[in-house]
Amino acid sequence: MMDIAYALKRFDFLGKEFLTWLWYAVENQPDTLRRIDPEMAALEIGNRLVLHNKNQQSTETVTIRGDSAGMEEGILALRKGALVAEMSLIYRSGNESWHFSIKGETLDPSSVKTPKTGRVETSEDIEGAAIEKYHLYRRVTDLVQSLFSHFLEQRLDPRWQSAVLPAIQVWISTKEG
Amino acid sequence: MGFFSSSAAISRYRVEGQTDGSLLETVREGLKRYAIRDIDQQAEERAIGWTCVDRPYAPSFEDGNFAIADFFLFALRIDKKTIPAKVIQKHLAEASVKRKAETGRDFLSRSEKKMLKEHVLNVLALRIPAAPSVHDILWAYPENELWLFSTQKAVGEALESLFAKSFNLSLVRLFPYTMAAFHPGLTDARRDLLNKLTPSSFAKRDGS
Repeated sequence: MMDIAYALKRFDFLGKEFLTWLWYAVENQPDTLRRIDPEMAALEIGNRLVLHNKNQQSTETVTIRGDSAGMEEGILALRKGALVAEMSLIYRSGNESWHFSIKGETLDPSSVKTPKTGRVETSEDIEGAAIEKYHLYRRVTDLVQSLFSHFLEQRLDPRWQSAVLPAIQVWISTKEG
Repeated sequence: MGFFSSSAAISRYRVEGQTDGSLLETVREGLKRYAIRDIDQQAEERAIGWTCVDRPYAPSFEDGNFAIADFFLFALRIDKKTIPAKVIQKHLAEASVKRKAETGRDFLSRSEKKMLKEHVLNVLALRIPAAPSVHDILWAYPENELWLFSTQKAVGEALESLFAKSFNLSLVRLFPYTMAAFHPGLTDARRDLLNKLTPSSFAKRDGS
């Protein structure tokens, strides 16, 4: 495997392309997402979206935040060549929901809020609580891994250039904010 | 922002390598050997070591409480003494005056100043308690995956170094390229494609 520091810089675009594809998939392919994760009831874009438009000299950043934020600015940034650098997501399964953010650079989940777990009151409660919490976190990391694996399969397939990318380009150019 | 917090941030690693003998015993020995040491009565300014999630200020790994179901749960503790610059300045000025009076000279050589500063820092480090920071770690060993509940770069670097020393195993940071490279279904042909991948243009070009 290539040097880690080099790979981080060299493939900086990969995570951002994934998040941009994910925004497209959330809006246009909910059934595909449910096939990737059969336990998913819904995946929604949360209240924060950061886009980067990198050119040779600098990086322009557009940040959209707030529960009632419109996505017009984000779409406009995509049309100018920006990619999604960070997004918050809401994952729903059964009657429960998980809120978290991911950055394109690492795809590490942050601000992860899992469904509530039982209170830890004695040291005997810790083991059970830890197992429950672990499985709740695992839903998020497995989801990100599955979505990324699906994206990667598409990204490395010849159909990426001939079908997937053109469909995303049409969405970007025709979507109303 | 720890494992049991209402909001958490996770940095993900892949664990590489094999242990000789029992993994549980290797981990227990590594945790015990490199458990955090108290430096409050020492001149050291920084200590890094393992601790327990439920008893971060009185760690003990004897009872194996770090092994839960099919994962290990423990924590990295970094104790650091931060001496305010103004305090160092004041004590250094006082020590310089005293030293000049003792030697009868009105100046100090460069090496004397250096020694004096080291002495002042050592004396102050003995008097100032270290501030601890605790970062939870979950090691899902069947998946060879480790989660650090912190996104601070310095904490990640401290973890990678201490982990290698403690267990003779290495950690590889997971991010899009390494996630792709470790993907079990990645064929050699696809790996070649991955390594040659260049950015796509998502914005539709005029006329296309």
